[in-house]
Amino acid sequence: MSQAIAHDIDHHEEHGPEQGKGVLGFIKRWLFTTNHKDIGTLYLWLALFSFFVAGGMALLIRAELFQPGHRLVDPNFFNQMITMHGLLMLFGVVMPAFTGMANWQIPMMIGAPDMALPRLNNWSFWILPFAFTLLGSTMFHSGGGPNFGWTMYAPLSTTYAPPSTDFMIFAVHMMGLSSIMGSINIIATILNMRAPGMTLMKMPMFVWTWLITAFLLIAIMPVLAGAVTMMLADRHFGTSFFEAAGGGDPVLFQHIFWFFGHPEVYVLVLPAFGVISEIIPTFSRKPLFGYHFMVWATVSIAVLSFVVWVHHMFTTGVPLGAELFFMYTTMLISVPTGIKVFNWVSTMFKGAMTFETPMLFAIAFVFLFTIGGFTGLMLALVPADFQYQDTYFVVGHFHYVLVPGVIFALLGATYYWIPKWTGHMYNETLGKWHFWLSVISVNIAFFPMHFLGLAGMPRRIPDYALQFTNFNMISTIGAFIFGFSQLLFLYNVIMTVRGGKKVDAQVWESAHGLEWTLSSPPPYHSFVTPPPVA
Amino acid sequence: MLNRFQVSRALAVLASMVTGSSATAAADYWQLNMFKGVTPLSHDMYDLHMVCMLVCGVIGVIVFGVMTYSLIYHRKSRGVTPATFHDNNRLEIFWSIVPFLILVGLAVPATRVLIKMNDSNQSDITIKVVGSQWKWQYQYLDQGISFFSNLTTPYDQIHNKQKKGQWYLREVDKPLVLPINQKIRFLVTSTDVVHSWWVPELGIKRDAFPGFMYEAWAIIEKPGIYRGQCTELCGINHGFMPIVVEAVSADDFNKWVAVQTKVEDHYAETVNNAAAQKRLTRAELMSAGKAKYQQMCAACHNANGKGLPPMYPALKNSSVSVGRPISRHIGLVLHGVPGSAMQAYKDQLTDAEVAAIVTYERNAWGNNTGDLVQPDDVAKVRQSDISTPKMVKQAQVGGLR
Repeated sequence: MSQAIAHDIDHHEEHGPEQGKGVLGFIKRWLFTTNHKDIGTLYLWLALFSFFVAGGMALLIRAELFQPGHRLVDPNFFNQMITMHGLLMLFGVVMPAFTGMANWQIPMMIGAPDMALPRLNNWSFWILPFAFTLLGSTMFHSGGGPNFGWTMYAPLSTTYAPPSTDFMIFAVHMMGLSSIMGSINIIATILNMRAPGMTLMKMPMFVWTWLITAFLLIAIMPVLAGAVTMMLADRHFGTSFFEAAGGGDPVLFQHIFWFFGHPEVYVLVLPAFGVISEIIPTFSRKPLFGYHFMVWATVSIAVLSFVVWVHHMFTTGVPLGAELFFMYTTMLISVPTGIKVFNWVSTMFKGAMTFETPMLFAIAFVFLFTIGGFTGLMLALVPADFQYQDTYFVVGHFHYVLVPGVIFALLGATYYWIPKWTGHMYNETLGKWHFWLSVISVNIAFFPMHFLGLAGMPRRIPDYALQFTNFNMISTIGAFIFGFSQLLFLYNVIMTVRGGKKVDAQVWESAHGLEWTLSSPPPYHSFVTPPPVA
Repeated sequence: MLNRFQVSRALAVLASMVTGSSATAAADYWQLNMFKGVTPLSHDMYDLHMVCMLVCGVIGVIVFGVMTYSLIYHRKSRGVTPATFHDNNRLEIFWSIVPFLILVGLAVPATRVLIKMNDSNQSDITIKVVGSQWKWQYQYLDQGISFFSNLTTPYDQIHNKQKKGQWYLREVDKPLVLPINQKIRFLVTSTDVVHSWWVPELGIKRDAFPGFMYEAWAIIEKPGIYRGQCTELCGINHGFMPIVVEAVSADDFNKWVAVQTKVEDHYAETVNNAAAQKRLTRAELMSAGKAKYQQMCAACHNANGKGLPPMYPALKNSSVSVGRPISRHIGLVLHGVPGSAMQAYKDQLTDAEVAAIVTYERNAWGNNTGDLVQPDDVAKVRQSDISTPKMVKQAQVGGLR
């Protein structure tokens, strides 16, 4: 019996992906792959590529804002940049990156051979390059690309928008399809393919957060699709959903958009919570504190995220009752979020910590994400929000949550798992340089934005009054250091993929979980026989 | 609870004395904190902001303190053996309930201020604020005054050909003049896309929606000039839509009101007596036209006349600006194109200004038609076009192309 299994495993280790000959063979190998690791890899490379494209856009924005006055780009192009930067960072970087990690990790973490629906998996990835080509092509249309911000508020995005908006709408539809199918796959995998003994309450936090995220995605992506379809109808089919002249209401668009948009930010951040909950226990050499509370906190954040959307719209003139309700629910979200932070800190407390690059990013996450959480609480207080809304304070807030929050979690996760994925250890010195440059520059880039917002600088402006010059300059300098230090990461990743010190299955001294029982790199079909779960 | 709010308020006052940021005479180039403002609501907002920041600061010190302690003392290099505990229900419940109570503490004053903000009853003056791409219009409903407030920063300053002035991008031709110590009610709306009217020191930010009107109110306590700008992305020139409020004493306000022209008779004179208008020379028309074009038209049609087709058509070599009749060109400027971004300028520009712009457009960028358009030409078109506007069918405007 045991011999038979050993034989089976050996057999499968031999059998890698089908390799054709030449360029065509290479294309077919990646185009037709249904393997969870291959598809995960594709997702991750796509995300890395988009990260540098969207990051380049951010640097263009910051370069224009280095000094007051018209400098590099005209205001219309500036507006296209802010739109593309937002859309790409969300749909092209963070979501594919986490989906890629889910693809790689979830089957390995729950003891499955692959994802439940491999062909669907292939399709959900391969829609994306086409969606982004469609989206990117708008920049070259006559009249320019979408220039109304990623929030696409009507009627700026309907009556007053360039023709290329329709391309953006269809690109959004395709991304939505991809996300929904990816989520169905993740849910099907987690619910059906866990190894015997892997009860829900034994699942690693990363799997838990992704399970909840996938449900969120299935709930919200159709709402976004509905919103952009209504835009399309208003643009071309003579409807007036968002036009008062025809009995519609521009505020309706904001309600629909943010009903998608607020859970969307938790789609971005919940997997990050999961990653951090994996990294901190490993390097603290101590189990995650309050696992059950972490799970329930995640669930309650997800549930609450559906009843807070109006906090993006406090200044629109919603009635007092609504303002009060959404203020209270928004404030309430800080309770489960607080639980998470307290649990991470308690996990570190009385541990025996070492500070490899993944841990450094995780610690920076806890510090800086918490700062983003504090400003989030401030933004929840409606009267004060009237002074923050749509200013650089908000830009500072969500960049604290998304860059040293989500992006740091992604970087940390990459350093944490890349030895497992490639079988090679990354360059630790380079990783530490990358971390320290990133963590310092990210604060230089984003902290001054809070001051700018409080002093009265609105967001999304290409030029500003003279009193905002100093902090804008500082912010731009920080942004450029941050942007260029990511090249260290790119270099480190490429070098690790190509070679490096071999690692064993365990990789990290105190890492727990099924993925660490597989060889590094793991066999092509992760667990052909379900592993025993303690 | 109330007590703590007051304590924090005192702390806030102290903090503001240190950072000191209420000067209106000159902008603070290193301003770190929120404006304390000059209205009761802006003070309340500032206090809430300070209280919340203080609360966050205290929580931050505790959480980061524990974390930093662990980072220093619980590291493997110090030879510690890791503890194995991983659960403590009492602790979890403790740190769920305590933050909840803190939140209740914050919600109480916030609710109180919010209720106050929504009470715009018994106002003394009502101002209707109308946003349009990319200017504000102010209508004093009780006084019958109405005017547009445009950015005055010269094109050359924006394009770095001239030194930038002190109030670069924060200066307008006609500020909103308001009396102090009176309850002013604002009705905010828009004619095209969503804008947002924000003056930090008044503590007012109100989104302007086309077809809807929402309220805000303020009692200004101190005379002075308060500046703000549009805070909702509203198209190309979103960053060039400033707000300047001049708060004056009641007497000065009445004096100001007395010298304002009323809405109705603005053009009555010239419309009925077109020929009586001043004639301008070619050089006058061209230089005034260029300045006005850069201010009003260049955002869409571009300084080089090439526009941004297909949204914003080119004027260089276009049938409108080189073709005839010239009255068609004038008519488009005066009445705009309904259902598009081209708005009607008949209420915003004088005959002389329209004449200058049209002359400039017909002669700039190699259009060289040699045409001269005089104010009385514009007045004639204005006069002949006083008719009910044509209804444009939705199907034709936004229909299948």
